[in-house]
Amino acid sequence: MNKKNKKLALTGGAAAAEALKQIEIDVMPIYPITPQTTIIETYAGFEANGEVETEIIKVESEHSAMSAAIGASSAGARTATATSSQGLALMHEVLYIASGFRLPIMMLVSARALASPINIHGDHSDVMGCRDSGWIQLFCENAQEVYDKTIIGMKLAEKVKLPIMVIMDGFNTSHSVENLEILETKVVQEFVGEYKAISPLLDTDNPVTYGAVALQNSYFEFRIDQEEAMKNAEEEYEKIAVEYEKISGRKYSIFEEYRLEDAEKIMVLTGSAAGTAKVIVDKLREAGEKVGILKINLFRPFPHKKIAESLKNAKEIIVLDRAQSIGTYPPFYSEIINSLYGNGRDAKFCVSTGREIKSYVYGLGGRDIFQKQIEDVFAGKIEGGYIK
Amino acid sequence: MNKELTKYYSAGHSACAGCGFPAIVRTVLGELKTDVVIANATGCLEVTSTLYPYSAWKAPYIHNAFENAAATISGVERAYEALKKKGKISKNKKIKFVAFGGDGGTYDIGLQSLSGALERGHNFLYVCYDNGGYMNTGNQRSSATPYGAFTETTPTGKESFGKIETRKNLMEIVNAHRIGYLAQANVAYLTDLKKKAKKALETDGPSFLLVFSPCTNNWKFPTSQYVNVGKLATETNFWPLYEIENGEHKLNFEPKKITPVTEFLKTQGRFKHLFKVENKPHLEEIQKLVNEEFARIANLCEE
Repeated sequence: MNKKNKKLALTGGAAAAEALKQIEIDVMPIYPITPQTTIIETYAGFEANGEVETEIIKVESEHSAMSAAIGASSAGARTATATSSQGLALMHEVLYIASGFRLPIMMLVSARALASPINIHGDHSDVMGCRDSGWIQLFCENAQEVYDKTIIGMKLAEKVKLPIMVIMDGFNTSHSVENLEILETKVVQEFVGEYKAISPLLDTDNPVTYGAVALQNSYFEFRIDQEEAMKNAEEEYEKIAVEYEKISGRKYSIFEEYRLEDAEKIMVLTGSAAGTAKVIVDKLREAGEKVGILKINLFRPFPHKKIAESLKNAKEIIVLDRAQSIGTYPPFYSEIINSLYGNGRDAKFCVSTGREIKSYVYGLGGRDIFQKQIEDVFAGKIEGGYIK
Repeated sequence: MNKELTKYYSAGHSACAGCGFPAIVRTVLGELKTDVVIANATGCLEVTSTLYPYSAWKAPYIHNAFENAAATISGVERAYEALKKKGKISKNKKIKFVAFGGDGGTYDIGLQSLSGALERGHNFLYVCYDNGGYMNTGNQRSSATPYGAFTETTPTGKESFGKIETRKNLMEIVNAHRIGYLAQANVAYLTDLKKKAKKALETDGPSFLLVFSPCTNNWKFPTSQYVNVGKLATETNFWPLYEIENGEHKLNFEPKKITPVTEFLKTQGRFKHLFKVENKPHLEEIQKLVNEEFARIANLCEE
């Protein structure tokens, strides 16, 4: 560890704010919603103490927060915001405009359940609701990851010109205080680099039009370009994560392979529950069981091919989702099935076998998941698809 | 076409012949003394000026969505301040921020976004071109549609004489934000609009213009007549010209003789049904509403 790095005890929300401060965000439209407020309150504190030069816009809704973020980013400013749940749902319309404009907006999401019934606690329903919106989605397990992935994510977004959500579990991560290591600001700034926008609105000598009408003869091509940019984000993420490892000593692969070397039973999940599951894997490994975890980091773009490769020797795959997709299979499960049975556009990596691939939904509305339950899932003792 | 007039908004856009807003846009932007960034709500102006790969805009322009032109320009304006602070934009580079929206995008779906931006005090001018309905989607009623007007969602019939509600008073709502300058103008009075645009653009902080913009297609009058229709709106006191500068109301036009509002109404197909015998009470109601509103404004101007 670099001696100039600091060890701090921070919540996930405050860790995100710390990273944003070091990155030097130019414009940050903010609007409160639980459990995201730890992020914007911490940041507002930086402003009050003169620690940041960011223009914070205290808007009147999340829809306006994202709309103002789109304006600021189009103008050429490095832009960030944060939200949760209903707030993310309210932004839904303009999320597609941010990605359609190819704006590298950073959004921290403290993932929370959606109403109705209203519930302020953590699950992944909100972020799964916008998984087709053209945003990169990067999940975090704990406060350290939130800090690190905010820095990685900013560089990635600006490299591939796509907006990014860095996702932490509402309360479990956003409000839990953990010890984490903070890099030197100078190191962070050198890593992320200065942001140079292409064709910003404020370059009044070279006027551009944002938000044109595109009809049958051109709309389709814009969408294909977005898909290509998103595919490219997978490779760029890997390169950036390697660079980040060099400055931090912390490695964040496209997904984390935890004790997978000879694993026969593999659990796929993400977020704070992965920490709990690792404890059980360690315990079962000690008892001689060949178990492991594949923890999703990058969810959009989804690394189908690499995941298929990683899971190819598993005899049993157990997929844990903290969201439903009512009327069909849950989101992670669908992606894992897609990975293993080929996707229509690149069927070469089809590795289907007659293996068992189980789906469980857990943790909706902030329901805790316990070590015992994970152990029971590994042992095949829980039926019915829900870990309640 | 005149080079000055087309400095920011070129010829070759595809607005209808006889549409009011091109003259509004050109007159307002013609008063700029600095560079400009323009935001535009979804609507007729946006779709007729930005059909890819063409753009009628010769200044930086952003169309985000329907309801968020004011929030969008808030972001652009703060980005300007942030980048100036960091020295990424020269401190001497002056830029004004102007948003355009129709009445649907302003009175209705964009009202919250506008209110937020006004309250926060961004340095921008918001121009609402008011053609009294959702014309881009084919003439549906908005809260700016006048009492008695036919629209596709307030059709006339055995049980209906058109829209039953009166117009929302947007000037009062905007004025409640206590901004430095706001004015009601009319495309048929370009000299007046020009003066108001100049004042609005010189205002430090938010300013607002509500501009009458006749719609040939959905009000149903010949394309040659938009100036006449506009003139009659003001001459009959249906659309008074006034401004509120630092809280002071001022009437900018007082007709020498009062023309009955029916002279304005009868120029347009959307009010045609009101001239049937059975609808006479509605015509009387409209005259009463016009008289009351004009008296209210005149009273404020005298104070």
